Amino acid sequence: MIRAGVAVGLVAASSVLVAVFPRSILAFLAFQASLLWVYTARVPSWLRGALLAVALLVLMPVIGHYNGYYLEVATQVGIFVALALGLNIVVGLAGLLDLGYVAFFAVGAYSWAIFGSPHANLIFGAGFPLDPAWFYLFLVVGLLVAAATGILLGLPVLRLRGDYLAIVTLGFGEVIRVLANNLDKPVNLTNGPKGITPIGRPPVPFDLPYAETFYFLVLVIVGVVIVVNRRLEDSHIGRAWEAIREDEVAAQAMGVPLVRSKLLAFACGASFAGVMGVVFSAKQVFINPESFTFLESIGVLAMVILGGMGSIPGAVLGATVVTVLNLQVLKGLSLWLNELKNAGVTILGFSLADLPTQLEPAKYERMVFGAILVVMMIFRPQGIFPARRRERELVGAGDEQPAPTGATAPVA
Amino acid sequence: MDVELLIAIFPQVLLDGLILGFMYALIALGYTMVYGVLEFINFAHSEIFIFGAFVGVEILLGLRSAGILAGLHWLPVLVLVLLAGMAASALLAVSVERIAYRPLRGAPRLIPLISAIGVSFFLQDAIRLVESVWRNAFNLVYPTMDALNERYELTSTIDISMKSFVVIAAALLMLWGLHALVNRTKVGTSMRAVAEDQAAASLMGINVNRVISLTFLIGGAMGGAAGVLFGVQYGLINPYTGFIPGLKAFTAAVLGGIGNIPGAMIGGLVLGLLEAFAASYLSLLTGGAFGAEYKDIFAFSMLILILIFRPKGLLGEVVRERA
Repeated sequence: MIRAGVAVGLVAASSVLVAVFPRSILAFLAFQASLLWVYTARVPSWLRGALLAVALLVLMPVIGHYNGYYLEVATQVGIFVALALGLNIVVGLAGLLDLGYVAFFAVGAYSWAIFGSPHANLIFGAGFPLDPAWFYLFLVVGLLVAAATGILLGLPVLRLRGDYLAIVTLGFGEVIRVLANNLDKPVNLTNGPKGITPIGRPPVPFDLPYAETFYFLVLVIVGVVIVVNRRLEDSHIGRAWEAIREDEVAAQAMGVPLVRSKLLAFACGASFAGVMGVVFSAKQVFINPESFTFLESIGVLAMVILGGMGSIPGAVLGATVVTVLNLQVLKGLSLWLNELKNAGVTILGFSLADLPTQLEPAKYERMVFGAILVVMMIFRPQGIFPARRRERELVGAGDEQPAPTGATAPVA
Repeated sequence: MDVELLIAIFPQVLLDGLILGFMYALIALGYTMVYGVLEFINFAHSEIFIFGAFVGVEILLGLRSAGILAGLHWLPVLVLVLLAGMAASALLAVSVERIAYRPLRGAPRLIPLISAIGVSFFLQDAIRLVESVWRNAFNLVYPTMDALNERYELTSTIDISMKSFVVIAAALLMLWGLHALVNRTKVGTSMRAVAEDQAAASLMGINVNRVISLTFLIGGAMGGAAGVLFGVQYGLINPYTGFIPGLKAFTAAVLGGIGNIPGAMIGGLVLGLLEAFAASYLSLLTGGAFGAEYKDIFAFSMLILILIFRPKGLLGEVVRERA
């Protein structure tokens, strides 16, 4: 009962903080932290669900009303949560390291960008852009196109061993990016580095502002993705994936169809990215190949690794932490440093105004991703919220189980 | 299609391809040696390579700002810079192995690979950070030495600059040295023994950890040398420059048969030549529809094709799946 009170109190207090200091990053971080606490605290599950629902459905849009940037951050977090959950299927469940995951995101994004903007006229003559209402159909189209791309990539490469597969998917991701960068001739498909704009935005119910629309849209998709992931995890195919991850040969011997299961993993993971790609392109109104670099793929990988491979809450947490780190903490540090510089603050006789102008914390996301990957691999490979089965595997199968006794003891 | 033009530029393209190929060969050695011993893709090798280039440029810039670069003969300067770059990269490679790979030995094979990717990203920004603080710039240009930029006309259509010549000579020397080291010395023998069978090698009294460190040391030194030569040849470097050449050098290593030292050299040369020809001829042959910008796709597609159809590469043996 006390915990329940504390949970409600924390969420309420942090919301008030955000309302009082709408510009303070710390207040918003406190709000996020309170949600994390609610999720992990031992409170009745109905209360946990109700608090999270209120926070995401009511409090977040209200906060966004005070500070639009926070709603943008929340939407971005949602997009990356979906991406992380998709990659989680491929890397976490099936154990296939995909380093070019963002390619599927790109495929989805470009599929709506081309047809939802006047750009398609260059290819097909006239009749474009499509009516914005088509956007909702394109959510499905993006899903299918990305899944098909996943299968197309998977067919030839899935026979490769783990580390070769990683490199090939990396190469594939680069190929997609270079293609997007250069297919402005002979046929202008992607408009090259200049990118495509303006991309149509979906029609909005109840005259919601666009920022709120996209927030709720992303929230709904993330909800669906989480449910699908949950169902997949304990399904026939989910167990087949985990069997493949643990031991391909044994899985095959047990009758798991290797190629078909792996293709399915690729297609499932890719389809989430495809849907979010469509949303992303409509949200941004403008896309170009810069949004789909290797850096993004590694960023999503860092999210999955940080949270815990194969763990759904892990992927959500990882995506949130990494996105917030990038969009808020690093940017906040940059702003803060600039303010200090402009104010002419000196520390121990060293004037901050003399700091090199190239030193901008916001530009160091690679360092963050890299540090996350290395530190997690060395100290906690199972992640912050380990998947239960995965944890047992990485800690060592026999460690926490009591030694078998009597007749069941294996004969060495 | 202008056949005469195609023929006229052929020798120049061949030369460019050779230079690129030697560069790839030097970098590929780092990948292939580590893979041969640990069956592990040292993803951070591309940053170890570019680190050498940065150490080189710092020394040259330092000499220039001291005002003595112009007065020195180019050869001792180049040797000094090469040695410094090699030493720095070798040291970095060994430290990376110690910190980020050794604790993970014996873990499932994707674990050290992910760690290596992390190291690669971390190093890119670490170099950027240091250069930003130190010079307030991280796109650096190699100071030119006039003697190295002199061009010699071989025929009316081809000329070779002194630095291209030096790059090729240095690469050849390095490759020969490595070959001798691996095949003629006791150290080389122990390296080959560890690559063959770690357990048996340690039973024969070989210190496996030391040999692995040594492998990173030598691979790193080769990468550092390649970095300095890369800077001398192409001029502009930044912390992210190393990534794509690194990836291509890995392609070269796979092409030649990963784990195989002569294979890496041949793979590097083949890839460099193919890429140079793709870069100059694609646009000519397709009437400008596809240009040099597709050379990266060309290299990556080749990597994918080799891995699918001949994963053992040109010279390699079949790599066993580690149980």
